[in-house]
Amino acid sequence: MTADTALLIDFGSTYTKLRAIDLDAGKILGAGQGPSTVTSDVTIGLDAALGDLEDAIGHLPKFKYRLASSSAAGGLAMITVGLVKELTAEAARLAALGAGAKLIDAHAYKLTDKDAAGIVAKNPDILLLAGGTDGGNEETIRWNAEKLAQAKLACPVVIAGNRNAADDIAKDLQALGVDARIAENVMPEFNVLDVEPARAAIRDVFIERIVHAKGIDRAQSRFDAVLMPTPTAVMEGARLLASGTSKIKGLGPLVVIDVGGATTDVHSIAEGKPAQGGVLQYGLPEPFAKRTVEGDLGMRHNARTIVETIGADIFSARSGLDASEIETLLQTIEADIERLPNSVTETSFDTTLASFAVARAMKRHAGRVEIKQSVTGPVTVQYGKDLTDVETIIGTGGVLAHGENPEKILAAALFDHDEAESLRPKRPKLMVDQAYALYAVGLLADAAPEAALRFAHNNIHTNIIEKKGTGHGRTPTA
Amino acid sequence: MTALTKQQRASITLVTGVIGADTHIVGNRILSMALEKEGFNIVTLGALTPAEDFIKAAIETAADAILVSSLYGQGELDCRGFRDMCIEAGLDDIVLYVGGNLVVGKQAWEEVETRFTDMGFDRAFPPGTRTPDVVEKLDTDFQSKVSGTA
Repeated sequence: MTADTALLIDFGSTYTKLRAIDLDAGKILGAGQGPSTVTSDVTIGLDAALGDLEDAIGHLPKFKYRLASSSAAGGLAMITVGLVKELTAEAARLAALGAGAKLIDAHAYKLTDKDAAGIVAKNPDILLLAGGTDGGNEETIRWNAEKLAQAKLACPVVIAGNRNAADDIAKDLQALGVDARIAENVMPEFNVLDVEPARAAIRDVFIERIVHAKGIDRAQSRFDAVLMPTPTAVMEGARLLASGTSKIKGLGPLVVIDVGGATTDVHSIAEGKPAQGGVLQYGLPEPFAKRTVEGDLGMRHNARTIVETIGADIFSARSGLDASEIETLLQTIEADIERLPNSVTETSFDTTLASFAVARAMKRHAGRVEIKQSVTGPVTVQYGKDLTDVETIIGTGGVLAHGENPEKILAAALFDHDEAESLRPKRPKLMVDQAYALYAVGLLADAAPEAALRFAHNNIHTNIIEKKGTGHGRTPTA
Repeated sequence: MTALTKQQRASITLVTGVIGADTHIVGNRILSMALEKEGFNIVTLGALTPAEDFIKAAIETAADAILVSSLYGQGELDCRGFRDMCIEAGLDDIVLYVGGNLVVGKQAWEEVETRFTDMGFDRAFPPGTRTPDVVEKLDTDFQSKVSGTA
C-alpha cells in the first residue's frame, strides 16, 4: 500500500511553489517551483512547478489532498472602517490582520467624501465595515456606508458593526450590486472583542470571490481548493500546534515570528492574561490568536530604514562591519530585492538587521505594564497581552531558516530587564521552522490535523545549529 | 413624576466609572449593579479611568448619560473640561452626573454642587447618596426621551 500524500501549492507573487508531503511519515517528499503567472495564465506557472516537482521526486503520486494558498497579486488587500479609533476601529483592524489580510488603510469616525474616494481609489479586495456596539451608535456606520456607496465602492464588503444597522446597510449596498455580507459585530458590547465571525466571513469572501478575481480558479482542475491567504496558513498552523488534537498534545501558548523581505509578522496564540496577581488589565482585550504585521521591518524593503533607526555606529559595532561595507551592502540589496546572502559579511549584516526586526516587532506585539500612582499607592496596569510565560517561540522566514545564527536572532525577542515594562517571553524554548512547515500545517489543519502535527514535530526543531540542505522548504513569499 | 418601567429603562445606556488615578471601585460597582438591576443598560469602565475613555465609550455605545465617580478628593481637577470634551466629541446633549467625595475637607455641599454644575454636569451627588435617589433622578431626566419613543 502506498502512503497517503498531499500536494501543497502556494500561488505567490514571484513564484508558484509546491511541496509534496508524505502524510504517514510526516515528511517532505520533495519541492517544486515555477514562475508566478497569475497575471497571465495561472496554469502555466503551476504546470512548470509540477514538472519541477516531478523531476525532484521521480513520478507524481496520486495525492489525497491538493490544497492551495495564495498571496498572489498583492495578497488579500483590505481596508477597515470603524468608529472610535481605540475601540471598533481597532477591533476591525485586528480582525482583518487575523484573517491574513494585507491592511492597506484603516479609518475611524465619519468618513469624508475625500476619505471615501481615497478608499475606492486604493481598490481593496475586501472592505470591513465596523462601528458601534450592538444597540450602540448607529449613525456613524450608516453614514460611512452611505459615503462609500456614493463613492461607488465596488469591492465585497463585510459588515461587522452594530447589528441594529447591519441589515439596512447590507440591503442598501446589495441594491447597488455590492457583495455585502453581515458578520457578527467585532465588538458586540463595550470592550468585548469577537473577531472570529468577521474572520470567517473574510475567508468565505476570499474563497468565493478573490480566488476567482485573481484568476487562480483557472487551474482549478489541478487542485481541490484554495483555502486561505498565505499568511493565514501560518496562523492556522500555529493554532493547531498550540492546541494539538485529542490524540496529540499541543505545545501550549506560543509565539511565531516570521521575518520576511517586506514585513516582519508576529503571531501569538495565548490568552495573555496577567502572569502576576494584582495587575489591572486595561484597554481593549486582544484576540487569543493575534497577528501583527510590521511593514517597516522588512529585511529587504526596509534595510536602509532599519540601519538608520539603529544608528550607523551601533549597527557597525553590532555587525562588525564598517560604514563603507554597510553602504555597499545596502546598495546591493536595493538593486536586488530578492538577494540571498552569500558571504560572511552579508550573513553578519542580515543577522544584525534581523535581530533588530525581531526585537522591535516582538515589542510592538507584546503588551506592556505601567505603574500608575494612586492615592492608595502604586498600581500596575497592563495593556495588551502578557506573553512572559509563553513557553515556545518559533522563528521562520528565510533569514532564520537559512541563516547562520537563528538562535541569536530569535533571542532578540526575549524579555529584557532594561525594558521590564514590555511583557515579552522570559524563558521560552527557541525553535526554528526551517522547512516552512507551519505553512503546511496550517493548510492541512482541517483535512488531516494529526498528520499535520506529525509533520510539524518532524520539521520544526529546537536548538538548530547545523545548516541543512535547502532542497526542500523554500519560504513562500508572503 | 412617574417612575419609568424596566422596559423603558432598558433603552437608556449609562456609562459608569471612577475617574483619574482613583482606585476606589466599591461604591461605583454597587451603584452600577443597582442601576443594572433597576433595568438600565450599563457600560462599566471601572477604576482608574481617564476622562477621554468615558467619552470614547459613550460614543461607541451611543450612551445617554455618563456617571462619573470620584472618591479621592481630586474630582474637581479630573472633571475640569469634561463637558467641553463631550461637546468636542459630538456628544453635546449627553447627560452628565458626578458623585462621591468630590472635594477635600469640609466644604458646604451647595458650593461644591454649584462648582460642578458650572462645569457642565447636569447633577452632582454628595457623599452618602443612596442608589434609589440616583434612579429617581435618572427617571426624571429621561422622562421626555422615553415618552418620545414609547
